[in-house]
Amino acid sequence: MEKTYYDPADLKKFGKIVEWSEELGKSFFEYYGKVFEEGSLSAREKSLIALAVSHAVQCPYCIDAYTGDGLKRGITKEEMMEAVHVTAAIKSGAALVHGVQMMNKYKKLSM
Amino acid sequence: MLKSLQAKDSPLSKTEKQLEILSNGIFNDGSLPTFADQIKKSNQYPLKPKKIEILQINVGYMCNQVCAHCHVDAGPDRKEIMTVETMQQILEVLKTTEVNTLDLTGGAPEMNPNFRWFVEEASKIGVKDFIVRSNLTIIRANEKYYDLPDFFKKHNVHVVSSMPHWTKGKTDVQRGDGVFDKSIKALQELNAVGYGISGSDLKLDLVYNPSGAFLPSDQFSMEKDFKKALKEDYNIDFNNLFAITNLPISRFLDYLIASDNYEDYMYTLVEAYNPAAVANVMCTNTVSVSWNGWLYDCDFNQMLGLKVASKSKHISDFNEEELSNRNIIISQHCYGCTAGAGSSCQGVVA
Repeated sequence: MEKTYYDPADLKKFGKIVEWSEELGKSFFEYYGKVFEEGSLSAREKSLIALAVSHAVQCPYCIDAYTGDGLKRGITKEEMMEAVHVTAAIKSGAALVHGVQMMNKYKKLSM
Repeated sequence: MLKSLQAKDSPLSKTEKQLEILSNGIFNDGSLPTFADQIKKSNQYPLKPKKIEILQINVGYMCNQVCAHCHVDAGPDRKEIMTVETMQQILEVLKTTEVNTLDLTGGAPEMNPNFRWFVEEASKIGVKDFIVRSNLTIIRANEKYYDLPDFFKKHNVHVVSSMPHWTKGKTDVQRGDGVFDKSIKALQELNAVGYGISGSDLKLDLVYNPSGAFLPSDQFSMEKDFKKALKEDYNIDFNNLFAITNLPISRFLDYLIASDNYEDYMYTLVEAYNPAAVANVMCTNTVSVSWNGWLYDCDFNQMLGLKVASKSKHISDFNEEELSNRNIIISQHCYGCTAGAGSSCQGVVA
């Protein structure tokens, strides 16, 4: 067994998932490619969204991939950090907004 | 300011050491295919040239900047400078061949004391495209260079300049402190005499090199971003952006090894290999001439000391037919020119 769950080298092997389920794997990569094409949103904007979501789902492969992709596209470190703060704000906000539920329950159970 | 590898007496200042690194390790243990193996798959080995259209002249390795990625290892300490005699030999070749593009590079070509004489004489011959690769800051480096925009205009020189990003931070980290501000000022001065302006014949192109261990993105979307940012922030216009991949040699190789990025970068280049780019790599229509007149397949091979595999090895002995029949010398650095949409001194090739 590997001693760690995540190995940076595994990112390069992502394409191999097709080998164990060709139809679904190919469909996924085709869909993935289309999602990131220029559309109503630019490829640059999508790259920043992907970076933010990578942090939300805490996927180290995705963080490596979309930091590299952002560098290629000329996205600055300030833009990347702002995107990560959007993630942090939403994630912390999501935790904190449940405080209302806690307050509701507290009030209901208290005299 | 950084020092050149030569000034530091770094092992990588020796071309043999660079070639040894590029041929061993992951390319010798079967992890990655060599460039020769790769092009054999598409029957493009040996790589052969087409008609010679471009002479790229390196008039000297002296430069006022010491850029972190420089494949020339140029800098103020470099003393290799082309003489008038070699320049005269180049002029003779231009008069007697069908070469239609003259591409002057360096170092900072303007620092060669005979640069202006050479430009004047070469422009009389009437090549179709006369390129000077200017680092921009030289225009603001010293009073004696302040009139360069007018000089370029007078001789209808096509100016190609390096600009790794539209922000100060990313530019200065690659090219040195203060480079961004001086470059912006120089671009505004070039615009002021008509360079890069819509409707003008005076061409001003920018070269983008990634400032790190990653490949350039799509050239045309980068151009759009550069144009928008430079126009909005500094009212600067230019014609085209050339996205150029950093090749793993010299100072960039040194950076890759020191930052533990070498293997990952080579994997990235090999994964991005595009067989369609091979047919149009710049060594197929360009001959590179060094400061002392030797001929090379490209500026990168010049920096690796790999002279052309031809009887015609020197500008004094330039023979179009001999050169057209040569095999181009390749190594693993060539993956840099075939990654993605390909890369050349004129940008993408595929």
